[in-house]
Amino acid sequence: MHLRAFLMSALRSVTSGDRRYHLWMGSLTAIMLVGGYAYLVQANHGLIVTGMNDHVSWGLYISNMAFLVGLAAAAVILVLPAYVLHDVDFSRAVLIAEGVAVSALVMCLCFVMANSPGYPWKWWRLTPVIGLLNWPDSMLAWDVIMLNGYLVLNLAIPFYILYSHFIGHEPSKKKYVPLIYISVVWAVSIHLVTAFLFAGLPARPFWNSALLGPRFLASAFTAGPAFMILLLGFIRSHSKYSIPDMAIQKLATATTVAAQVNLVMLLSELIFEFYSPTHHSVSARYLFFGLGEHVALVPWIRAGILLNVGATVILMIHPLRRNPRVLMPACAMLFFGIWVEKGVGLVIPGFVPSPLGEIVEYTPTWVELWVTAGIWALGLFVLTVLVRVALPIELGEVRSPYLEQPPEARAARPRATRPRYEEARPVRRR
Amino acid sequence: MSADPAPGLPPGADDGTLLQKPVDRREALGLLLAGVAAGAAAAGACTPLTAATPDERELKLLEWEEFTQKHYRRMTEEERAETVARLERLAKLRYNEDATIATTDAQPGVLFGYAFNISKCKGYRRCVEACINENNLDRHQDTQYIRIFEMENGVVNLEEADATYQHEVPMEGHFYLGAQCFQCANPPCVPVCPVGATWQEPDGIVVIDYNWCVGCRACMAACPYWARRFNWSAPEVPPEEVNPNQHYLGNRHRKKGCVEKCTFCIHRTRQGRLPACAEACPTGARVFGNLLDPDSEIRWVLANKTVFRLKEELATEPRFWYFAD
Repeated sequence: MHLRAFLMSALRSVTSGDRRYHLWMGSLTAIMLVGGYAYLVQANHGLIVTGMNDHVSWGLYISNMAFLVGLAAAAVILVLPAYVLHDVDFSRAVLIAEGVAVSALVMCLCFVMANSPGYPWKWWRLTPVIGLLNWPDSMLAWDVIMLNGYLVLNLAIPFYILYSHFIGHEPSKKKYVPLIYISVVWAVSIHLVTAFLFAGLPARPFWNSALLGPRFLASAFTAGPAFMILLLGFIRSHSKYSIPDMAIQKLATATTVAAQVNLVMLLSELIFEFYSPTHHSVSARYLFFGLGEHVALVPWIRAGILLNVGATVILMIHPLRRNPRVLMPACAMLFFGIWVEKGVGLVIPGFVPSPLGEIVEYTPTWVELWVTAGIWALGLFVLTVLVRVALPIELGEVRSPYLEQPPEARAARPRATRPRYEEARPVRRR
Repeated sequence: MSADPAPGLPPGADDGTLLQKPVDRREALGLLLAGVAAGAAAAGACTPLTAATPDERELKLLEWEEFTQKHYRRMTEEERAETVARLERLAKLRYNEDATIATTDAQPGVLFGYAFNISKCKGYRRCVEACINENNLDRHQDTQYIRIFEMENGVVNLEEADATYQHEVPMEGHFYLGAQCFQCANPPCVPVCPVGATWQEPDGIVVIDYNWCVGCRACMAACPYWARRFNWSAPEVPPEEVNPNQHYLGNRHRKKGCVEKCTFCIHRTRQGRLPACAEACPTGARVFGNLLDPDSEIRWVLANKTVFRLKEELATEPRFWYFAD
């Protein structure tokens, strides 16, 4: 009864909105349709329609996957303080962070699917018992388990909390707090496992580094909170859902620290590769300086580094960081900078040159670009839906019609027994 | 662009001309919807009832059975026989090929090894050609398992080598080094596979179950010798050039979306013959044999020549050695 009402009200929240909202969802749908068409072309003809080849055998799909796992993992930056350390400033943002994690994971799984040609349902072979999951040997098998598990966790926790609020119950801490602890450890693990997928390959000296795991975490905790700041800023200015300035400022501080650590690691990598270059530095040389006429990635990585350094410097200056007009663009710079660093600058140079020294460059085709755009649109679509469902419930605007009391009365009543993060609910802005 | 008639697609969904066909918006939407159906059907021909002729119906049924078939290593003897019979019938229906697919196991007391004489190789690439014909390699993508590197005397550096030379050989002041799958004793490509579709046989050959492979290409990223190839599109071999003598783990017809590699010509060597590359070499640069047989030529080379292997520091222990006279 309540569940049906929950789903109906969720559907109502998602389908009602002003013109700009419908325009936004409509454009995302249009991009998804084109992406779906591109995927169909790829499914029918094989990956020959992409820019990948026997030399550069992973491209845009795996690059985006690596980046997005980081975005998903970064939810921990809010989950940990909100639930475990009971930081009241983050209480209102944490559900949004979990929404970001869910949509990032949906994108990750789609990118993994898109990377394998044709038939996603071939993946039944990964199911233990009926298939054959090569666990614990294969890092990819680990990754599949971690991504799906994290997806389940990040769906289950917010659903339980939202649904409890919807039916006017207090979420029971005994039920969800253990899951929170698991998800905190899980978040760090998903990104480390993704790093090990690359770092565990001696065949590719560019990835085969002990720094790769930590570097993945540093960049994830840079790009993730940067994205959260942008999203929270948007929600704050476009809805009644208030998010305390302090939450944004704390996130900005976390981003700044992570961005600094990331730059230290970049420096350490540059020194390692170029102070006394060996044959193992060729991929790095290709990435940062190009090899002869092969310079496809050089402008990208240089722009990426400029963005990262620029944004980090801006964020390190307190008055600038505290000014939303500077903070937001700086976060956008960081987000894009890390995408370039990890998306373009990590996966592809690992394949150039090939292990036998041949240089073949990679340029994505329209099919790949559209499939990628389609998956990003899907992710943003999922994120919008999740936020749209969560906000009215958290604002107390929507309650199950089967409650004895009208929702306004319940919302107005003070609740002594709610979890601590709810106590800090500030007065609505304006 | 592909010779594979995209079997399993419902009529009209896509006949391989999707890329060339101008598509308007309405049609694109229709195609998208058809795509869902086409995808579902392509997975395993779930709709045998819609097929018109008995042959088509049989094809769809067999394709469904092929899609749901077990991992090769989990099959019983009877299941292997059934699988092979099905694949032979499918080869007939799909490509009009009369293939014989063997499932010969590794012979006891056999461990294959290879040695390559860099002073004898003159870069003719006859081995490459023989390999293409023997292993039914895709002519459309120009798949090759063997790479011959031309290097200047005095330098052993693959980065400065030329693998795509197009001139008269042998070239003055140069030597030639061939590389292919080294069937490492410690193969880095095997553990990374998420579905266990690739493994090492008791005779040392690293093989792939093409039907089980999901095409993630983790093994290609893991191979330090660039020995693995992917079927980016449906492989094309002119029917008159198909080698009908095939092995399940070797040169049988691959489909698009699976990884393949050199198997030391598993269909020949398990019958006591030489790999096609060794047989084709006009200079005698290639020495192949059983490492467990003390009287084999390969053992003689290992005992009497100075040998080296590529990237020894990776501890992959290739069963492929280089030597010079």
